[in-house]
Amino acid sequence: MSTPEQEAVGRTATMSDAMVEAVAHEMRADEEVFYMGEDVADYGGIFDSTTGLLDEFGRDRVMDVPISETAYLGAAVGAAQAGMRPIAELMFVDFFGVAMDQIYNQMAKNTYMSGGSFSVPMVLTTAVGGTYNDAAQHSQTLYGTFAHLPGMKVVAPSTAYDAKGLMHNAIRDDDPVVYMFHKRLMGIGWLPAPDGPKTPVPKEDYTIPFGKADVKREGDDVTVVTLGLHVHRALEAAEMLADEGIETEVIDLRTLKPLDRETVLESVRKTGRLVVVDEDYRSYGVTGEIISSVAEADLDSLEAVERVAVPDVPIPYSRPMEDAVIPGTDDVAEAVRSVGE
Amino acid sequence: MTTASPDQLRRMYEDMVTARLYEERLQDEYMEGKRPGFDISTGEIPGELHLAAGQEAAAVGVCHHLRDDDTVTAPHRPHHVAIAKRVDLKRMTAEIFGRETGLCSGKGGHMHLFDPDVNFACSGIIAEGCPPAVGAGLAAKKRNTDSVAVAYLGEGAIDQGGFLESLNLASVHDLPVVFVVEDNDWAISMPKERVTRPDDGSKRADGFDMHGVRVDSDDARAVYEAGGEAVGRARDGNGPTLLEVQVHRRMGHFMGDPETYRPEEDQERAAARDSIDRLAADMREFGIDDQELEEIRDRAANRVDEAVTWAKQQPLPEPEAAHDHAFTNPPEGVTSEEPEFADSGAAAGGDD
Ligand SMILES: Cc1ncc(C[n+]2csc(CCOP(=O)(O)OP(=O)(O)O)c2C)c(N)n1
Ligand SMILES: [Mg+2]
Repeated sequence: MSTPEQEAVGRTATMSDAMVEAVAHEMRADEEVFYMGEDVADYGGIFDSTTGLLDEFGRDRVMDVPISETAYLGAAVGAAQAGMRPIAELMFVDFFGVAMDQIYNQMAKNTYMSGGSFSVPMVLTTAVGGTYNDAAQHSQTLYGTFAHLPGMKVVAPSTAYDAKGLMHNAIRDDDPVVYMFHKRLMGIGWLPAPDGPKTPVPKEDYTIPFGKADVKREGDDVTVVTLGLHVHRALEAAEMLADEGIETEVIDLRTLKPLDRETVLESVRKTGRLVVVDEDYRSYGVTGEIISSVAEADLDSLEAVERVAVPDVPIPYSRPMEDAVIPGTDDVAEAVRSVGE
Repeated sequence: MTTASPDQLRRMYEDMVTARLYEERLQDEYMEGKRPGFDISTGEIPGELHLAAGQEAAAVGVCHHLRDDDTVTAPHRPHHVAIAKRVDLKRMTAEIFGRETGLCSGKGGHMHLFDPDVNFACSGIIAEGCPPAVGAGLAAKKRNTDSVAVAYLGEGAIDQGGFLESLNLASVHDLPVVFVVEDNDWAISMPKERVTRPDDGSKRADGFDMHGVRVDSDDARAVYEAGGEAVGRARDGNGPTLLEVQVHRRMGHFMGDPETYRPEEDQERAAARDSIDRLAADMREFGIDDQELEEIRDRAANRVDEAVTWAKQQPLPEPEAAHDHAFTNPPEGVTSEEPEFADSGAAAGGDD
């Protein structure tokens, strides 16, 4: 999971710790950075996204806000246009509906519509993902929705190391960045994470550029492209498949906008077989985008393709049904086997 | 004024005790299979669970004025309201346990309970039940029936745009809608004074030129009177009301909430102001004796136990059932064929 350089760091952190560390660092360095959202002060973020920040920075810079997403997300846009660097949290990405106008018609478009005379240096942090039976209104990832609409950079880390470097870049970037963290990866006490996301993390600040995928595992037989929680499910599947003699390359996109098509293409040119795994809905989303990018650039490189994603239904509550719609390790392994035949 | 009769007190008491015992039972059931650690995704009831112990008066005080054809929308904390609206308790419990025979075939879970027999629905996004309640009121007005609609929401939800827009829409069309704000002082970890002005949420009504009332005590009889007036106004075609009720959150926001943000005195205060004890005391004054109160409590306990026992015997849904219910009609709509019109321009591209 981690590179020798990362191992040399000698300290591991959860994804939550890594994110908070980056935010705290930027808040120390720049008075103009502040964090606002529901339950981000005393509670420390429902998904541990702001643990300890209130103690260090006080209520002026770590602000609880009314349950008025249109107002406070739009206010973040306004404060950003005034030159501050707000981080505004949407507790669950599923709630974007009540405030989408501010997000996609203002945050995402004002730079362009103003001919570049305004910029919107803000980060919209938001929790994504299912796997814990929270049903149709609290389990979506909506990766494709945000990546589809122009004007936002979209980030979805899968490890603590990536989470920290991407957060530093997000806060320093003069453009709006949607930072989507998967609840299952944060290392929250009541929602245990798999082993993978807890990685060595350097103490000092560092930035990871957007639009650079990370090859989390190398392999010559099949390319699996994915992001977020499913990086870990794909790695687990790859372990199983290695025992069967199939070598899987696992590419973690890390950012959806910009999208690293080059790394994907390079891998497919090597393996000829592509599986795209997504925790978002199947149609009109990440899987279709990745596959068409490869097809468009080099159709001949593709020998076999499969996509594994949530079928086009809302996410059901009851466990057998949720397990059926959210791709599992076995589903990934089966898809890899089928393109490998 | 609609003062509660002794029989009405009995009915309210029974539903309130049922709701309280129900939440206490679910609290235990929820922890089954989640120990020794606490993993929200394990156990017989997985996912989030928002319990309403301490908010029963707001449910019965209004819903006991309603008929089955009246609509209620509730938020993420719905069980007490569902019980007061006579939602089928067995099938509701089966839904919470994720079973095939649950109200929603296991699709919805505890935040998304739907019972068309009594026109009840709830949902998990803050204040999103308000516009549909306005719509139910609109339908009643258009059809010239005397049904009413009630939208429940928390005091934190009165800052949401969808609520404010709904007040205006209901007011401008004089719709038969009652908005019931359950003020439990907290929106998860955020105390009301940190995020909302004014302190008295019923004052929101003033800006929309509609009736606004706040019941300042967690008292089922007082809510029953205020609720009667609001529902009566709606039923008589005299427009909407915003009714805020002081209630108390006796448990965490959701199961697993450490409540570290909440001062101990506040928890003690909430525990001390028990609307069920208060109602029992009033009933004794009306000559309803302890033995009868105990009989009511026993009946409630049996009902809860029966519902939970039945629910846990129900089968889980098949995984493939996830694909059912996406639409009511087939994807292609009401037809799978397109007519051919001999002389229409549209057909010209076909045969020549
Ligand atoms: C639009 C939206 N924003 C945020 C949330 C997350 N959330 C769920 S419950 C809650 C607090 C609600 O407080 P209140 O309305 O007072 O109801 P209570 O929980 O106290 O019953 C919040 C912020 C949500 N579900 N929907
Ligand atoms: Mg509240």
